Amino acid sequence: MGEFLFSLLLSFDATLRVATPLVFCAMAGLFSERSGVVDISLEGKMLAAAFAAASTAAVTGSAWLGLGAGIAVSVVLALLHGFACITHRGDQVVSGVAINILVSGLTVVLGIAWFARGGQTPSVGRDARFTPVTLPGAEAMADVPVVGALYSELISGHNLLVYLAFATVPLTWWVIYRTRFGLRLRAVGENPGAVDTAGISVSFLRYRAVLCAGVLCGFAGTYLSIAQNAAFVREMTAGQGYIALAALIFGKWRPVPAMLACLMFGFLDAVAIRLQGVVVPVIGPIPVQLIQALPYVLTVVLLAGFIGKAVAPKAIGVPYVKER
Amino acid sequence: MSAAPGEIPRWVDIAFIPLVNIALAFLVSGVILWAIGVDPIQAVEIILYGAFGYDVALGYTLYYTTNFVFTGLAVAVAFHAGLFNIGGEGQAYIGGLGVGLGILLVDRYLPFYLVLPLAVLLGAVFGAAWAAIPAYLQAYRGSHIVITTIMFNFIAAALMVYLMVNVLIQPGSMSPESREFAQAGHLPFMHEMLGWFGLQVTPSPLNLSVIWAAVCCVLVWGFIWHTRWGYEIRTVGANETAAVYAGIDPRKVIMLAMCLSGALAGFVGINEVMGVHHRLLLNFTAGYGFTGIAVALMGRNHPVGIVLASLLFGMLYQGGAELAFEEPKVTREMVVTIQGLVILFSGALAFMMKGPIERAYLRLARRRSSPTGQEA
Repeated sequence: MGEFLFSLLLSFDATLRVATPLVFCAMAGLFSERSGVVDISLEGKMLAAAFAAASTAAVTGSAWLGLGAGIAVSVVLALLHGFACITHRGDQVVSGVAINILVSGLTVVLGIAWFARGGQTPSVGRDARFTPVTLPGAEAMADVPVVGALYSELISGHNLLVYLAFATVPLTWWVIYRTRFGLRLRAVGENPGAVDTAGISVSFLRYRAVLCAGVLCGFAGTYLSIAQNAAFVREMTAGQGYIALAALIFGKWRPVPAMLACLMFGFLDAVAIRLQGVVVPVIGPIPVQLIQALPYVLTVVLLAGFIGKAVAPKAIGVPYVKER
Repeated sequence: MSAAPGEIPRWVDIAFIPLVNIALAFLVSGVILWAIGVDPIQAVEIILYGAFGYDVALGYTLYYTTNFVFTGLAVAVAFHAGLFNIGGEGQAYIGGLGVGLGILLVDRYLPFYLVLPLAVLLGAVFGAAWAAIPAYLQAYRGSHIVITTIMFNFIAAALMVYLMVNVLIQPGSMSPESREFAQAGHLPFMHEMLGWFGLQVTPSPLNLSVIWAAVCCVLVWGFIWHTRWGYEIRTVGANETAAVYAGIDPRKVIMLAMCLSGALAGFVGINEVMGVHHRLLLNFTAGYGFTGIAVALMGRNHPVGIVLASLLFGMLYQGGAELAFEEPKVTREMVVTIQGLVILFSGALAFMMKGPIERAYLRLARRRSSPTGQEA
């Protein structure tokens, strides 16, 4: 029993690590989509940020410069998305797909041209990474039953970006629901005409929203390449941007439910490896692929309205044309 | 051009602006090449020679082109109904599964001329079925087709890994591949077919499916522009509300367009599984489904444009591989980068050049007509 609980604890621990980039990206998508701009390009922005962060950290030896580069590149892509969808009223999905494909090619092209390692960046040392932080008192509390184990194993010992990711959730909630900017952002996603009538610029609001998305995706990518891992590997996001998008929809475009969905999808991912070869009575061995596909299946089922109903922001995907 | 003054002639919209957009995409690609220290002009030369310079190269180019025609048509048919089908990749994957399963079942018992129609049919049915679920959910349950088709790409990938690793793997084999098809399940290669007529060409993966791709282009053209169903698809794509008033049921049109789209994507399996690999394996779609998006946008959803765009991407794939071989600094992913830029400029930024070009045209037209003194 104790062994099972401990293994469960380790799974939860792994869940937090896996869910971190999902949480960043889901919050990024929330800003963008709540303002009415579809963001398929979470994946691409995260991948670009991962590459920029790893390259910069490898060259300069500084994790903080890596983070800065990751955010900068992600923001540039977010602005490109905004330029296409807001300024030129292009198709938001097409623009997102373009960014994803562009980045998936460009990161490898530049990676090989700069580092000649088959698309990888050189691995960075401990100084150039975000390394685990031991929270105060974790050592002392380790022997306290239950609470101590929870604190020292589960909560302590992650890197800074993990804590930051979970801090962005209440922050996002506060910005979206408790500030004037958030109110306007939600309004522009539901009824941009009304916002325009009130004398507020729809374009400027949406640009700020995609900018927020860019910054958050920058954190997600940086986490992947120089916190969770020590180098950039080609295609290292491996569809996590899409899982985050699924989590955002699963959480019905709300911060806390979206985070819970990220945790659930992260948990599925964490246990998928542990459940390999486990035989369940009656059903037989669980195919790992089934668990891996579960986030996508669940999202499809949810969107189809079979479990609850996910209602998107009303003006999502529609470019705003100001009447003359 | 006999356009009325103040009016933009059609060729500007249909040919000139798309060409400017593509030129911009290639310009940026050239800048990227230059930035990593490769001479863009020389790169173009290597790509052109590597894609068309000798018979094997041409064979490879046309082999890639075949895939892009199928996926490009798939995306285009859905576009005509106003639907964005990002799921071409998954539909091609599952379509290939259908092709492979059909052949594995009957290849030892039936002759080639019976296996082929069965394989084509199953490829279409499986691809269509994989597109039908997102279509149904969009039409009848109101979930968004873009999101569902993305999810279905991932579900298809997981399903294929499961099937290949656990069910279809050849017993005793280490790699997740099915057994090789018997001879009746092989589509003849082009070099074999030309050999029957006494023409000797070097072997390449180009096979009979290129003919099927050409037939599909004609069929799609006829269907979209010369049948009632095609008209309904275009009407729903242009204005769904108007279509309802015209007595068209958009839900049925969505189902029809997506099933056709999925079937066309599924034909990638004919080329890859039946034509080249002669067995079921993982990842044979290799991103062709996504290239279809670029092809359809570039070809403006018309079969002629799609053939031209597919040729261009076939050239880039084959010539790009050659370039990667010649220039160690360049990799095949450069083609993926170009693909992304093409989608960006011809798709997302399609309107960027429209205003400036139209204004420039009007200014030119006015200047030309002003000496006659007829200025409005």
